Amino acid sequence: MDLFEYQGKQYFARFDIPVSPGDVAYTVDEAVAAAEAAGYPVVVKAQVQVGGRGKAGGIKLADNADEVRLHAGNIIGMDIKGHLVKRVWVEHASDIEKEYYASYSLDRAAKKHLLMLSAQGGVEIEAVAETDPDAIVMLHIDPVDGLPLAIARDAAVRAKIDAEAVDGVADMLVKLYRCFTEGDCDLAEINPLILRPDGGVHALDAKVSLDNNAAFRHPEWDEFRATEELDEREQMARTHDLQYIGLDGTVGIIANGAGLAMSTLDVVNQVGGSAANFLDIGGGANADMMAAALGVINFDENVKSIFINIFGGITRGEEVAKGIVEALGRVELRAPIVIRLDGTNAEEGRAILANAGIPESTLISKPTMLEAARAAVAIANGTN
Amino acid sequence: MAIFVNEHTKVIVQGLTGGQGKYHGLRNQAYGTQVVGGVTPGKGGTDVAIPEGGSIPVFNTVAEAVAATGATASFIAVPPKAASAAILEAAAAGIGFIVCITEGIPAQDEAKVFNTLLREYPNTRLLGPNCPGIISPGKCNIGITAGEIAQVPTASGPNVGIVSRSGTLTYQALYELKQRGIGVSTCVGIGGDPVPGTNFIDCLREFQNDPETHAIIMIGEIGGSAEEEAAEFIKANVTKPMSAYIAGVTAPEGKKMGHAGAITSGGKGTAQGKMDALRAAGVKVGLNPTEAGDLMAQIVATL
Repeated sequence: MDLFEYQGKQYFARFDIPVSPGDVAYTVDEAVAAAEAAGYPVVVKAQVQVGGRGKAGGIKLADNADEVRLHAGNIIGMDIKGHLVKRVWVEHASDIEKEYYASYSLDRAAKKHLLMLSAQGGVEIEAVAETDPDAIVMLHIDPVDGLPLAIARDAAVRAKIDAEAVDGVADMLVKLYRCFTEGDCDLAEINPLILRPDGGVHALDAKVSLDNNAAFRHPEWDEFRATEELDEREQMARTHDLQYIGLDGTVGIIANGAGLAMSTLDVVNQVGGSAANFLDIGGGANADMMAAALGVINFDENVKSIFINIFGGITRGEEVAKGIVEALGRVELRAPIVIRLDGTNAEEGRAILANAGIPESTLISKPTMLEAARAAVAIANGTN
Repeated sequence: MAIFVNEHTKVIVQGLTGGQGKYHGLRNQAYGTQVVGGVTPGKGGTDVAIPEGGSIPVFNTVAEAVAATGATASFIAVPPKAASAAILEAAAAGIGFIVCITEGIPAQDEAKVFNTLLREYPNTRLLGPNCPGIISPGKCNIGITAGEIAQVPTASGPNVGIVSRSGTLTYQALYELKQRGIGVSTCVGIGGDPVPGTNFIDCLREFQNDPETHAIIMIGEIGGSAEEEAAEFIKANVTKPMSAYIAGVTAPEGKKMGHAGAITSGGKGTAQGKMDALRAAGVKVGLNPTEAGDLMAQIVATL
C-alpha cells in the first residue's frame, strides 16, 4: 500500500523523524486554518501518488491567507496525470541550505536491506544514478544486525554529506531504518532530506510503501486504508477478499492462482484481445467465491466476455463447475462466459456444466487455454 | 535419483493438527511420503488418524519429533504470524530441508529468517515460503501438489526437472508433461515471495548434477531479477537443454500481481527482459505454458 506524502510524514513522526509542521486539508477553509497553525510562509502541496506535482502546478508557496485561498482553490480538484487532487498538505515553508537523499528498500537479489544515500537530493535519484553513480552510497544491511549509529555516520561521511549535517543525518538514518523495519515498509524514502541554515535536518518529503502482509500487526494502518485510491471494482473485490486489479480491456478474467491469472492476461493479449482485470480466486474456488468473482467482473461495464481459466490441482473440477452453475443462478451476467477447465476431475466438471442446461450464448467450454482465449477475444472484439 | 527429497526422506508436519496441515499432510502420506510425525505445541502425545488406518504421532516441539522419529525434513503449514518462529525452530532442531507453504509472511520477517538461516544454520535449506512444495514423483511429495498430475520418471529417461515461481503454473507444467508421457524427476515450486529460501540457481545446480534429470523446464514471472541471475548461471553452468515460460508480459507497471514478489518497477523486472536474458543463455522460451511444454516435448524427442 502506497501512502500519500502527508500520511508518510505522519508515519515518520511516529518514529521521531522530524518533519515540517503542517496539516492535511480537504477544503480551502481547512487549508487556511492549517496555514495559520503552521505559520507563514507555507507551502501548499497537492496530495497525489504520482511524480511531477511541482511541474503540474500542484506545489505553491503562499505568504498569507489570500494566497493560500488562491492556490488551495486551484489545486484541490486539479487533475495531475489522471489523478484527481482531493486534498492538499499545508506546511510551514522551510529555509533550505542543502538537499540530500535517503532511502531504504529490500534488495531482493542480495536478500539484504539496502540504504541509498546521496548528497545530491531534490532530484530523481534515477537521474543521479545515471549521470553520477559515485554520488550515491549503497550500503547493504544484514537484517539480523540492523544499523548501528556508527555505520550510519560512516555512510553519511562517505556520501559527502556536509560536515555540519553528518550527525543529524546519521541520527535520521537510524530513525528511518527503524521506521522501515519496525514499521514494515517495502520502501521508506526521503527526497529531499534537507539541511536548514540553522544546522538542523528534516524530511521535506515522504515516500512510503507499506507491506500489506504485515497489516495484521499494524492496526494503525486502517486509517491509511480508508484513503486508498481504489476504483469501485477494486473496492468491491476487496470486500470479498479477492485478488483483483482493474485494467481497461474488454475480456473479464477469472483464474485460480496468481501465476495462472497473469498467464491468462498474457494469452488473451497474445491472441489480439485485452484484459479488463486481473483476478485470482485462489485455491478454494467454491460457489461463493465464484459468485463473488463473477459479481465483481459483472460490475465492469467494459466487459464483453468473461474468460474463466481454472487448472485443478487441489481445486477440483467438479467443485468449480458446481460453483459456476450456482453462481449463474444468483448473478445476471452482462457477458457470456468462456471456460477452460483442466486438471484434477476436469472431465466431471465439464460434464456438470454440459448437463446444467446452460445455453451456449451464456457459457462455452473449450479444452485448452489458447482455444478458450481465442473464443473469449472473438466475442469481446465482435469477430465471432 | 531426484533432487532435495527422495523415497527415504522422513517428514514431520509443523501444524499437522491444523486445517491445512492435516489436509495436505495426510494427502502427502497417502501419496507414499514417509510422514513420520507432526508438531503442535500443547498437543504432544496425541495423534492424527490416517483414514486408511494407522496414525501419525504428534509432538510438542520439533526437537522431540526429530529425536523420536529421525525426521530430516519438515513441512510447515502454520499461519503467517507463527511461520518465522516455526522455520527457525525446525532449523535449530537440525532439520536439513524445510518446506514452508505459508502465504502472507511479512517481508521483513522473511529477510530476517533468510539471513539467520544463512549465518546460523548453513546446512538447512528452506523451500518457500508461499510455495506449493516439492514432488519427486513416485517417491516423495511435500506440500500441496496434487500427486496424480505428476508423471513418474522412467529408469532410462529422458526425464524432466521443473522449477517454478508459481503454484498453478507448476501444476500446468506437470500436466503438460504428463499428457505427453514425459517423466518428471523432481518438480520444485520455489514460491512467489520477495525473499525465497531456495532460488532458481539452487535448483538448476542440483538438476545439472542429477543423473536422473535430462532436461529442465523453468517457469518464472515478473518482478525482481531472479530469472536474469538464473540466465547468467545457465550460460556458465547448465549443459542440459531447457525450455522456459515467464508470466506477466502484460502486467501493468507498479502493481503487485497477486504474489508479493510479482511487481515491475522503473522498467525493471519485466517479462520481456527476463525472456531476452534466458534466450541469450540458450533456453527455448515459450509465450504461454503450453508452448513451453511443446518446446520441451521437442527437446525430449531429440534426447
